[in-house]
Amino acid sequence: MSFRRRWRKSVNAVMLSVTGISALVAVSVLFFILGYLVWHGARALNWDFFTKLPKPVGETGGGMANAIVGSAKLLLLASLVGVPVGLLGGVYLAEFSGRTVSFAVRYATDLLNGVPSIVIGIFAYTMIVLRTKHFSTIAGGLALGVMMIPIAVRSTEEFLRGVPRELREGAMALGASKWKTIATVVAPAAYRGILTAVLLALARVAGETAPLLFTAFSNRFWSPGWNQPTASLPVMIFTYAIAPYEDWHQQAWAAGLVLLGLVLATNLIARAVLSRGVSMQRF
Amino acid sequence: MERHFVQDLEELKERLLWMGGLAERAVHKATQSVFEADEARANEVLNEENAINELQIEVDDRVVQLLALHQLMATDLRFVLAVSRINNDLERIGDQAVNMAQSALRIVRHPRVKPYVDLPRMSELAEGMVRDSLNAVVRKDVELARSVLVRDDQVDQLRDQIFRELLTYMMGDSSVVFPAFELILVAKNLERIGDHATNIAEDVIYMVAGFDVRHPALDRR
Amino acid sequence: MHAPVKIALPNRSLAGLKPDLRRGDEIAAELPLRMQISRLNFFYGAKQALRNIDVKIAANRVTALIGPSGCGKSTLIRTLNRMYETIRDARVEGQILLDDQDVLSLDVTDLRRRVGMVFQKPNPFPKSIFDNVAYGLRVNGCKGSLGEAVEHSLHRAALWEEVKDQLRKSAYELSGGQQQRLCIARALAVNPEVLLLDEPCSALDPISTAKIEELLFQLKETCTIVIVTHNMQQAARVSDFTAFLLNGELVEFSPTPQLFTTPADPRTEAYITGRFG
Repeated sequence: MSFRRRWRKSVNAVMLSVTGISALVAVSVLFFILGYLVWHGARALNWDFFTKLPKPVGETGGGMANAIVGSAKLLLLASLVGVPVGLLGGVYLAEFSGRTVSFAVRYATDLLNGVPSIVIGIFAYTMIVLRTKHFSTIAGGLALGVMMIPIAVRSTEEFLRGVPRELREGAMALGASKWKTIATVVAPAAYRGILTAVLLALARVAGETAPLLFTAFSNRFWSPGWNQPTASLPVMIFTYAIAPYEDWHQQAWAAGLVLLGLVLATNLIARAVLSRGVSMQRF
Repeated sequence: MERHFVQDLEELKERLLWMGGLAERAVHKATQSVFEADEARANEVLNEENAINELQIEVDDRVVQLLALHQLMATDLRFVLAVSRINNDLERIGDQAVNMAQSALRIVRHPRVKPYVDLPRMSELAEGMVRDSLNAVVRKDVELARSVLVRDDQVDQLRDQIFRELLTYMMGDSSVVFPAFELILVAKNLERIGDHATNIAEDVIYMVAGFDVRHPALDRR
Repeated sequence: MHAPVKIALPNRSLAGLKPDLRRGDEIAAELPLRMQISRLNFFYGAKQALRNIDVKIAANRVTALIGPSGCGKSTLIRTLNRMYETIRDARVEGQILLDDQDVLSLDVTDLRRRVGMVFQKPNPFPKSIFDNVAYGLRVNGCKGSLGEAVEHSLHRAALWEEVKDQLRKSAYELSGGQQQRLCIARALAVNPEVLLLDEPCSALDPISTAKIEELLFQLKETCTIVIVTHNMQQAARVSDFTAFLLNGELVEFSPTPQLFTTPADPRTEAYITGRFG
C-alpha cells in the first residue's frame, strides 16, 4: 500500500518536472532568439538605419530606409487583396452557405493555408512577372495577399459565428433583412475579433521572404510607384546575412530586430484590442 | 408597486359589505315587522332575500377565481378565506331574517301576547352585533370585533329569559300558545343571528391578526 | 334605529356572474380578432411538431400558451412572425391570418414590423440604449424625429425614468430586468399590432418579473399580446385567454379564469394541478 502511494507520488513528481522543463525550453527558445537579436542588432541600430539608402558594395554605413518603406507598401497591397476577399468570404461561410458548399470552401481555404510560401511566390511569378516581364511591387503584394486570404477567411468566419444567435434573431424580428442584420449588428459585434485576426495575419506575412524573392525581388534604391521591384526587410536580411561583409551582417541583425519588434508590437496591440472588446460585453 | 389584483380584492370587499348592508337591513325590517305587526314590511323582507343569495354566489365565484389565478399570500390570503366564511354567515343571517318575517306574518292578526320589552332589547343587541362586526371588517378593528364576542353571552341570556317568560304565559293561557310560540322562534332566530355575528367577528380577528380565536375551550398548545 | 351600512356599487345589476362555460374560441370570436390560426401543421424535416392547431387571438387581450417542455408552444409562437424560416427544413402547412391577411404570403420584413417579438434571454445589441431602441426605426426607413419615438417607447416599456439621463450608455450596463424592458421598448418602437413574448421572464428575478407582468396590463390597451410561459401561475396572473398544448396538439383553449378553475379536459386538469408526468 505504502509502496503504491510512493510510486504514484514519484510518477507525479517526474511528470511534473518533465512537463515543466519542456515548457521552460519552449519559452526560453523565444528569449534566446530575442536576446541574440537584441545583442547583435541593437549595436547597429541608429538613425541612419531608418533614413538612409544602402551603400554600394564594399562601403560601410548606410541604412534600410527603402526596405522599410518597401515592406510597408507590400503590406498595404497585401491588405487590399487579402482583407476584402477574406472578410467577404468569411461572411459567406458564416452566414449564407449550405453544408456541402461551406465544407468545400473551408477545406480549400485550409489547403491554401498549407501551400508553401515559395510555391505561392512561383504562382505570382508565373501570373504576373513573366507576363509583365519585370519584377514589381504589385506581384509581391499579390503574393502576400493570397497568403493572407485563408487566415482572414477563417478568422472572420469564426468570429462571426461567435456572435450569439440571439442577436441575429433580435434584429430579424425587428424586420431587418439578412444582409442588414449582418451589416448593422453581427459585423459590428464581431469587429474586434476580426480586426485582431487581420492584424495577426499582417504580422505573419510581414516576415515572409520566399514569395518576395520571385516577385518584388529587391532594389538598392527607392522604388517609385508600384510597377518596379522593391526592397523589403525580409529579403534584405536574406541578402545581407549570406554576404561576406561584417557590416552587412550587423545591418541584417538590426533589420531582424526591427522586423521582430514590429511583429511583437502588432501582436500586443491586437491582444489589447481584443481584450477590451471582451470586457465590454456582459451577460 | 401597485399590483392589479389589488383592485380585485377591493371589489370583493365592496360586494361583501354590500351584502352585509342588505343583511343588516333585513334583520331590522324583520324585527320591526314583528313588533309593529307590519305585514308590508314583512313582505319586503321576503322579496329582498334573493339579492342576498345572488351576492353570496357572486362572492364565492370571485373567491375561487382570486385563489386560482393569484398566488395570494399572508394578509391577502387570510382576507380572502375570511371573506369566504363571512359570506356564509351573512347569507344565514339573511335566512334568519326571513324566518322572523314569516313568523311576523303568521301572528299579524293575533293580539299581542304581552308588551314587548325583552325582545326589542334582544333585537337591538343582535343588530348592534351585526353592525359592529361589519364595521370591524371595514376598519380592520380587532377591539371592536372582541366587543362583539363579549355580547354573545348577553344575547344567550336574554333568549333564556324570554323562553321562561313566554312559557309561563303559555301555561297560563292556552289561547296565546300559537303567537307565544312564534315569539319564541323569533327569539331563537335572534340568538342565531348573534352567533353568526360572533362568527364574523372571529373571522375578522383571524383576517387582521392571524389568530384563530374560535372554540376558546380547546387547548391549543 | 341605526341606518344600515351602504357602499355604492359600480353601475351593474346585482345578478351574479355565472361562470361562462362556453369554449374559449367562441368567446374569442365575439371579440375583434387580431390573428387567426387555422389547421396549422408544422414540420421540422420529417418530424411533425404541431398538429392541426386552431386558435383565435383576440385583439387587445393577452393570450397565453402553456404546456410542458417540448409541447410546441415556442414553435407555435414563432410561426406567427415566421421566425422559423431561419431553420433549415422547417415547413408550415395551414393558414395564419393577421387582420385577414395571409401571414405566409406577406413580405416577411413587413410582417415582422407588425408582429414584434421579445425573446427569452434579453438580447440587446452591443450599442447604446438609444441606438437599440432606434434600431427598428432606422432599419424600416423611418427618417423623422427618432428622439421622440425612442422616448415614447421607453415610456411604454416603463423604462424611461430609469435611463433618461443615460441614453448613450451601452445597453450592457443595464441589469437583466432593465435589459429585457429595453428589448420590449425596442420591439414597441415600430408600433407593432401584435407583440409576441417567448418566456420573457424566465431569466429574471421575481421583482423584475412582476414589473414586466404589470407592464403587460398597460400594453394590452394598445397592442395584442401573445405570451409563451412555462410558469402557469404567470399565465394565470397575466392572461385573458390560455391555450394548453401537449405533444404538438391544442388540448384546450379557454378564458383564463375558467381554464384554471374548471378546465374542460382532464389532461389540462392533470397539468395545472401538478399531477402531470
